[in-house]
Amino acid sequence: MSGDHGSAAIAGRVRHVEALLEQRGLLDDGEIDRRIDEFLAGGSPINGARIVVRAWLDAGFHDRLLADANATIREVGLSMAGGLQEQRLKVVANNEQEHNVVVCTLCSCYPIALLGPSPSWYKSEAYRSRVVRDPRGVLHEFGLKLPADTRISVWDASAESRYMVVPRRPTGTDGFSESELVGLVTRKGLIGTAAV
Amino acid sequence: MHPAIWLMTDRFAPGDRVRTSSRDPEWHTRLPRYTRGVVGEVVEVAGHHPLADDRARGRSGREQAVYHVRFAAADLFGDGTHSVTVELWEDYLEPAADHEREMTA
Repeated sequence: MSGDHGSAAIAGRVRHVEALLEQRGLLDDGEIDRRIDEFLAGGSPINGARIVVRAWLDAGFHDRLLADANATIREVGLSMAGGLQEQRLKVVANNEQEHNVVVCTLCSCYPIALLGPSPSWYKSEAYRSRVVRDPRGVLHEFGLKLPADTRISVWDASAESRYMVVPRRPTGTDGFSESELVGLVTRKGLIGTAAV
Repeated sequence: MHPAIWLMTDRFAPGDRVRTSSRDPEWHTRLPRYTRGVVGEVVEVAGHHPLADDRARGRSGREQAVYHVRFAAADLFGDGTHSVTVELWEDYLEPAADHEREMTA
């Protein structure tokens, strides 16, 4: 069993358990909401964009990022330790020969603490089931037309790691400042469903 | 990291050809259905974690290696030129048979 996530029944059970815990004084009123707010605070695609731009501008940072993303993002003041325990981050980089795209076929695993909540399409059954089978067709529907000889690597976040893509730096951006470059990077680019 | 993990030996290393389990368990598993019974290549060790199947059944679960395993689309689906890299617990994997190790992904 891997794909059954009926939401209504489990949501009801969770609310019931929450109410019981509050009644018995094991949980303060609103404590769960506060914990979730703390977890999401600071999570935004801007974090990913800052990491990407640093990798574009600094080849050493780029290489360290691909080898050990958790340690390397601390150099720009970010971390994957926003939740109960630090999650492993795996960063993959696009280049002329290869394009990477991320999915979680089993549910919707995503680096939330770093990038904020995932887009709704990322959680849709259509994206999750189709991008592993026909990534070129799905990317085409997102408006991304890759050259026929570009290899496509799909990453299925099926276990404990979370993933982020470093898009290719657009041509014609040589004179751009760091903040101008950050403005070019989109959430779709960080997932791999857009060029940048 | 817990000291016990340092002493644990991973069964597989990058470059090893492995075949995934073809079992269809009754419980929650994180071996996706489309990757069952397929040969792929270990590309990286992605840490050590208790088996998801055990935790889903309320068991503590033994810590074991989790690997990035890369599959050729043609091996998963019968066609396609892309690759799919999936993160799989050691218990889901067996060494590929000798004749399967020569195949290229």
